[in-house]
Amino acid sequence: MKILVPLKRVADPDNANKVKVNAGKLETTGLEWKPNPFDEYAVETALRLTENGTNTKARQGEVVVVTFGPKEAETTLRGALATGADRAIRIDATDDQLDGDIVARALKALVEKEKPDLVLLGKQAVDGDSNQVGQLLAEYLGWPQATFAGTIKSEDDKSLLVGREVDGGTISLRVKLPAVVSVDLRIVAPKSVKSKFTPDTHAYPEGVRFAALMAIMAAKKKPLVEMKLADLTTDTALKITYTGFELPPARKAGIKVKSVPELVEKLKSEAKVL
Amino acid sequence: MANILVIAEMQDGKVRKSTHSAITFARQVGGTFSILVLGQGAKAAAAEVTGYGAQAVLACDDAYLAQPLAERIAPTAAATAKSGNFDVVVVTASSFGKDLAPRVAAKLSAGYAPDINGVKSDGGKLVFKRPVFAGNAFATCEVTTPVKVVSVRQSEFAAAEPSGGASPIQDVALAAKDAAAEAVEFVGLEAAKSERPDLGEAKVIVSGGRALKEKFAEVLDPLANLLGAAVGASRAACDAGYAPAELQVGQTGRVVAPQLYVAIGISGAIQHLAGMKGSKTIVAINKDPDAPIFQVADYGLVADLFTAVPELVTELKKAKG
Ligand SMILES: Cc1cc2nc3c(=O)[nH]c(=O)nc-3n(C[C@H](O)[C@H](O)[C@H](O)COP(=O)(O)OP(=O)(O)OC[C@H]3O[C@@H](n4cnc5c(N)ncnc54)[C@H](O)[C@@H]3O)c2cc1C
Ligand SMILES: Nc1ncnc2c1ncn2[C@@H]1O[C@H](COP(=O)(O)O)[C@@H](O)[C@H]1O
Repeated sequence: MKILVPLKRVADPDNANKVKVNAGKLETTGLEWKPNPFDEYAVETALRLTENGTNTKARQGEVVVVTFGPKEAETTLRGALATGADRAIRIDATDDQLDGDIVARALKALVEKEKPDLVLLGKQAVDGDSNQVGQLLAEYLGWPQATFAGTIKSEDDKSLLVGREVDGGTISLRVKLPAVVSVDLRIVAPKSVKSKFTPDTHAYPEGVRFAALMAIMAAKKKPLVEMKLADLTTDTALKITYTGFELPPARKAGIKVKSVPELVEKLKSEAKVL
Repeated sequence: MANILVIAEMQDGKVRKSTHSAITFARQVGGTFSILVLGQGAKAAAAEVTGYGAQAVLACDDAYLAQPLAERIAPTAAATAKSGNFDVVVVTASSFGKDLAPRVAAKLSAGYAPDINGVKSDGGKLVFKRPVFAGNAFATCEVTTPVKVVSVRQSEFAAAEPSGGASPIQDVALAAKDAAAEAVEFVGLEAAKSERPDLGEAKVIVSGGRALKEKFAEVLDPLANLLGAAVGASRAACDAGYAPAELQVGQTGRVVAPQLYVAIGISGAIQHLAGMKGSKTIVAINKDPDAPIFQVADYGLVADLFTAVPELVTELKKAKG
């Protein structure tokens, strides 16, 4: 199976409270960059689908990672190569040239060149929280989609059984390949992903794998090619434009209560929510 | 003047309550709106929303749409938007809406404003507000295409109340099927069995974190029962299997804004706060006085939850008499 994983770098979410708004503009200087966590999960999922979990060195397929971003975003791609992805592509662009629709249309053109069996990506990038690229891409390609995947089972080379985390529970879908699958948090639980190479009894460690130093060195030699956005799409008009940013309204400071009876009293007579 | 198409979400043969938030959006924008109900039994369900002031309630009642599959629903939704000359298509940003809306947008060559928490009409131009970076900033944005697709936060657009009148119900034919739909098979829905209110609609939410361990239900259920509350959870509690995944509140789970949110044994990571900061009154019970949850809590209690929660149940019973 050949899998394409779009990967975005985002301002470090654990430091996102350092996001500053200055005169209606978002201040990103000084922020640290990290791979979008959901995309790290997608890479991990792609690796699990293309290996025998008891021997993660041998890849039974190909994992290609792609990002839209400036030169510095290659760090993110190298990180994915170090954990086991085979090749990387960077499409040169800055964030303000992009919206979800352009990314999806350019990805469509890339998919037509690369011909993967599966596009696996995060359900949302945790900077813009848009949750749209996977669905747009699936529609542009005329492919089926399975969004918010919490479990994936590769039954054969032709289809996947996907458990989708939805508001009311879990929806199971069988999608024929080629398909687009977006992943949710629980996809990196020990038994969430089953490739046909991995014994049923196998359990992965919780979360994503880390790269060994050797692998980080080796990743520097793995192929990483650069493409121009114009190689993939000529229509670069933004469909959504951001005109300003502001801080959310602050909550008024609360108080600490000393005891449970005091809490009940406050809820009753002050907050009036009981 | 905008002409808005509200896409309803169907569940168990009924229009899901979340739909009423999309109706509120349509009323706020002004102009005219119609409601499109798609699914098996859509015609009967359509009757539930004829009292909200829509020009028409459009029903596509077909067994082909029995399951919530975007590949099946999007063609008819987009065709209806086109034939009715709608300039805005809106759906509530539930898991159903988030799955569907981009496919509809792509079909309409429309820009999509996801998960908005506000809308203004600026001289006929629609300006949207949406939270970004886990709600650490609010962005103002515009959709540049003639047709606009929008999904709205249920927690920010209060459910519309009926306004009287009786919108006519009109049949809508199923659009030509997409090839993509042939490639997806609905295997099943494992529905959460719960007598409690839905997180999106609950007035009170009792939410638990990693600290509850295997005692999640044992500790929280009596309190939730007493308050008629929905139960929520942090990611850590869901990941560990103490609570089912669909209870997760946060940036990447459900976004809620009840009258009362009680956070128990939850540290208050930004991803969690993103999903509940809009609650009217927040109570936090945590044994760590420096837990970040206290920064958003109206009432904080530093205590061991395993003694404080049972005591709270006892005191509440007393207070209720
Ligand atoms: C991509 C991404 C998305 C995420 N999305 C979400 C999301 O949507 N929702 C979400 O919740 N999280 C989300 N997270 C996770 C988030 O960052 C935190 O890890 C998570 O919220 C922590 O859960 P917790 O507060 O239950 O656990 P912890 O942080 O471990 O906190 C447990 C708390 O319990 C307290 N405690 C322990 N014992 C007791 C006791 N006996 N009595 C009282 N208090 C006690 C401790 O003091 C502590 O504050 C996301 C993370 C990532 C990377
Ligand atoms: N600039 C980008 N480069 C690579 N992938 C991206 C980019 N923007 C979005 N994506 C992918 O699309 C997914 C959903 O993003 P979004 O729809 O923006 O929330 C992300 O998890 C990424 O996999």
